[in-house]
Amino acid sequence: MTVLCLVERDGEHAAEVSLRALTFARSLGDVTAVIMGNAATRPAGPPPGAADSGGDAGVGPALAADVSAYGAAEVYAVGLDGYAPQAWARALEGLAGEVAATAVVAAGTDRGHEVLAHLGAITGLPMAANCASAEPGTGGTLRLVRHRWAGSLLEDAVLAASPALLTVAVDAVPAVPAGQPAPAAVRAYQPVLDEADLVASATESAGRAGGASLATARVVVGGGRGVGGPDGFGVLEELAGLLGGVVGVSRVVTSEGWRPHQQQVGQTGTRISPELYLACGISGAIQHMAGCLSSKHIVAVNTDAGAPIIARADYAVIGDLNEVLPALVAAIRARG
Amino acid sequence: MEVAVCVKRVPMVGGKIVLTADGQDVDTRMSGFTVSPHEECAVEEAVRLAERDGGRVTVLTLGPAAAADQLRDMLAIGASRAVLLETDGREWGPIATAAAIADALRAGGPYDLILFGNEAADTGGFQVGVRVAHLLGLPCVTGIKHLEVSGGRLRAGREYRGTEEAYDLPLPAVVSVKEGINLPRYPSLPGRLRAKRAVIERIEPVWHAEGLRKERLRVPAAQHKQAEILGTGAGAVPALVALLDDLGVLP
Repeated sequence: MTVLCLVERDGEHAAEVSLRALTFARSLGDVTAVIMGNAATRPAGPPPGAADSGGDAGVGPALAADVSAYGAAEVYAVGLDGYAPQAWARALEGLAGEVAATAVVAAGTDRGHEVLAHLGAITGLPMAANCASAEPGTGGTLRLVRHRWAGSLLEDAVLAASPALLTVAVDAVPAVPAGQPAPAAVRAYQPVLDEADLVASATESAGRAGGASLATARVVVGGGRGVGGPDGFGVLEELAGLLGGVVGVSRVVTSEGWRPHQQQVGQTGTRISPELYLACGISGAIQHMAGCLSSKHIVAVNTDAGAPIIARADYAVIGDLNEVLPALVAAIRARG
Repeated sequence: MEVAVCVKRVPMVGGKIVLTADGQDVDTRMSGFTVSPHEECAVEEAVRLAERDGGRVTVLTLGPAAAADQLRDMLAIGASRAVLLETDGREWGPIATAAAIADALRAGGPYDLILFGNEAADTGGFQVGVRVAHLLGLPCVTGIKHLEVSGGRLRAGREYRGTEEAYDLPLPAVVSVKEGINLPRYPSLPGRLRAKRAVIERIEPVWHAEGLRKERLRVPAAQHKQAEILGTGAGAVPALVALLDDLGVLP
């Protein structure tokens, strides 16, 4: 039972979401990691002491060590520079045939979803997006739990197809290192492509990091309809500044044009995972909560003790944010 | 420029999802329906292109007879033609949905650009647009938040891990977009009147089973907690400051 797992990069390392996908993949069989070569992120010069036996498709020692620590016994380094979703899917199709894979797994990221959707289209196989768990069912099927409504609803499903094409919900499974990792053997793989596979190819430019600071902020001060209008965000900005955080908003705030969409927290915005999410004047629609449930602590400030967010937050202050926040800012300043 | 936009009718859910007794569906008796948010932006994007360059916007949806309401909503914001792929209300999987949409696009086209939302708000399958692109033999990009069309090509942009990714494709092409690409307009009164009178074309595609089968839906347990109330109004501030201090987020 060989399971292919597409591993995305984070600099010279494997992305955290891919370590989670590797952890998930281990429960389904022996894991073979697939890493796409990328000249842009390839370390300069020959990597010292690399466990690299199969060419230099850009899998450095840190990346190879990451994937073996999380249970991959083998690594295929695919000779594709840059991102072309259909070409990546073509490579997975070829490799799945080569190793007789029973499943192909990727993290539930934009790329993971896109590449596995292409693989599903190429092979005619079903693709199950955002799985939280998978276990063998009867007759070679898999019993899956997958996310709907960005995780606000779970679906129990049965997948009867081989290989099983799965993406792993990014916040559903923690990354757990394998018990007895062995250095993974790295092999090179060259996919067979036609021109059409490369028509959609990305050119990257380091530019605006829209939403990135929101996604990684340690403190997020959230504002919703209760802020009242585009002019009400000053006190939220001030508080966020004091706490070393950023302002996030609910969907109604961006649909009304009060704040730009990059600041939206939620199913159709950014998913946040701060130490503290202070949600002010936000009722707590499920689409909003889907974006903030990875927060360590949620504190709600709301005039309505019956608002849905009160049943989802850890702590709450019942009151008007326009009264509570200025008093909070003053109290924090008074501490010196 | 002929643009087709595929939209989905989804339940309008608020603070809580309630399921039907058999756990098969979201209970919508107390809520309405809407167009999935990414797709509303896709329609707005298409209407802007047609306003600038001329041409027509066709909206398609696969759903029950009542999904005509969502098509009329999209006609009201500027789409000129609507096609309903009418079902008996059963949930369709992504493979069958893509096949039915591809057939309808072949029959009603040709189109220069076919837009989708990146993923449906409810089922979150992340694949119908890509499957349609393959069935039609067209190039495809997903997750797009910036789109320009000129000279028979499109330039599309999206974010990846904090960087901007750009694509340059020949038309015709399939593009799935995300909310934030634009701010959809509200329907005008003349738009609403036009939509009310518009004729909706109907097709009856045939459902078929596929390899991923829903057994039942569940609301995750973690949703049932209750916040500890720190206090009321500005009087709660000392307790709030103490909490923030405990969490280590104070300067």
